[in-house]
Amino acid sequence: MKISREDVLRVAELSYLDLSEPELEVYRAQIDEILEYIGKLNELDTSNVEPMAQVLTGDQAADATLREDVVVPCTVAGDVLKHAPDPEPPYFRVPKVIER
Amino acid sequence: MTTGWTVESVRQAVLTKKASAREIAGEYYKRIAAQNPKLNAYLTLCEARAYEQADRVDAMAAQGKTLPPLAGVPVAIKDTISTRGVRTTCSSKILENYVPPYDATAVVKLEAAGAVILGKTNCDEFAMGSSNENSAFGCVQNPVAAGRVPGGSSGGSAAAVAADLAVAALGTDTGGSIRQPGSFCGISAMMGSYGRVSRYGLIAFASSLDRIGPLARNVSDTARILQAIAGRDPNDSTSTTAPVEDYSLTLTKPVKGMKIGIPKEYFGVGMDEAVREKITAGIEVLRNLGCELVDISMPHTDYAIATYYIIATAEASSNLARYDGVRYGPRAEADSLIGMYRKTRGAGFGPEVKRRIVLGTYVLSAGYYDAYYLKGQKVRALIADDFRRAFGRVDAIVTPTSPVPAFKMGERTNDPLQMYLADIYTVTGSLAGIPGISIPCGKIGGELPVGMQIFGPAFGEARVLQLAQAFASAGGATV
Repeated sequence: MKISREDVLRVAELSYLDLSEPELEVYRAQIDEILEYIGKLNELDTSNVEPMAQVLTGDQAADATLREDVVVPCTVAGDVLKHAPDPEPPYFRVPKVIER
Repeated sequence: MTTGWTVESVRQAVLTKKASAREIAGEYYKRIAAQNPKLNAYLTLCEARAYEQADRVDAMAAQGKTLPPLAGVPVAIKDTISTRGVRTTCSSKILENYVPPYDATAVVKLEAAGAVILGKTNCDEFAMGSSNENSAFGCVQNPVAAGRVPGGSSGGSAAAVAADLAVAALGTDTGGSIRQPGSFCGISAMMGSYGRVSRYGLIAFASSLDRIGPLARNVSDTARILQAIAGRDPNDSTSTTAPVEDYSLTLTKPVKGMKIGIPKEYFGVGMDEAVREKITAGIEVLRNLGCELVDISMPHTDYAIATYYIIATAEASSNLARYDGVRYGPRAEADSLIGMYRKTRGAGFGPEVKRRIVLGTYVLSAGYYDAYYLKGQKVRALIADDFRRAFGRVDAIVTPTSPVPAFKMGERTNDPLQMYLADIYTVTGSLAGIPGISIPCGKIGGELPVGMQIFGPAFGEARVLQLAQAFASAGGATV
């Protein structure tokens, strides 16, 4: 078994995701099967391979195409707040933040 | 029955005043009203915006102004792409009532080119799926194969175009989500190179893979839509400054002498025999066009699915952290902030999205990062290298788009791994960042469409389109 019930609970905690009891077991079993399949990557020796962290390289790399960091007016704040679940312009209101 | 409208025929009709852009939009809304209740291809229509744009185009025609290249062309937009003032849901309950405050750059460019946006199309939730069955708002019907899925995740865009409820559509492709539904619905569907089209305003799933691209009923229309949306955008640092070729200059040029790689790994076990038969016949069409066929090997193909589902889920788990009930979407009430996050996300995301968040968080978590995520990035480099090497020998690579034709609804929903494995021929090009198109290559039993995929080297869109056009002109769709 690649992934345990405790692993799934821990990951759900990390990702702030409530899972029901049936979801927990179904996802555990399905993800276990997927991880088992993913294990086939270990057939490959990649000790001398550089990880591909960027698709674009050279003069097309993202850091080569950055624009000047200049302030431009933002005119959509009102629209953004209008669709928020609990706005109190110019803020978003959230439940009380307490120690976990 | 289709209306027979194409990008060019719409533009000509508006130019010569045979039909107004308003009349053509009206004709499409009538078709949508009649067919969409059954197909479920559109989630939201934006008539007011469409008619306003149509009137602008008609006014230009009335004043005798030069019409832009997509003047009056009715298009559909996948619901993962932001449209100002028009509800954009990603087919998720967590964005059920989300109305973006701005337009995606691709949408701005389409309208600047004269296109008329009809509405937003259904898809798998957050573009996660290969059948459109993961939509929170119901599956899309395949318009050319009753009872079967349209493919995914851009299933609504593909179905809308195939049923002629739009002349063309925008979809998004992360692991095959434009090409595979294009193949299942029997149309032309293309993803350009990574960086070719701005993703500003695309709601992110996996940022190192996501691309926006066109779906249309012929190659020429596909080229025209891609032409309109391609290019550098200062709002997206991953959009490149590489010059955009004029696809019309080479589209109809002969392909005699072009070297086509046929990778043996794309014709192995797991491929439907009827699909194999059609693709083999399609390759003969290319041979008869004077292309030189070269047997090649892409040795890391078999590792692509494992690699893809590590990288895509890892990036998704990070990108989807923003759905927290604070800034948009519904909020589940709870006493604490963390409790509110957990309940909102638990209630708002569907099963496939939750599964991918759990898997993606796991492969990134302490103790597993090296074994999974880093390993995946390394194998990704090997897969990209397979392509780099191949394009040292050949001009293009031809494969099937999918090992199977459109399958029956519900047939595969209980086994996510089996669903993932069917993405084998498309995820490779996604990981490598190269352009790819799926074009019709016959129908099994005269009914079920098969798609042929053409890959080109990075920024080789013109060549991919040229080969696709030559194949279509030589009768490739009816092999």
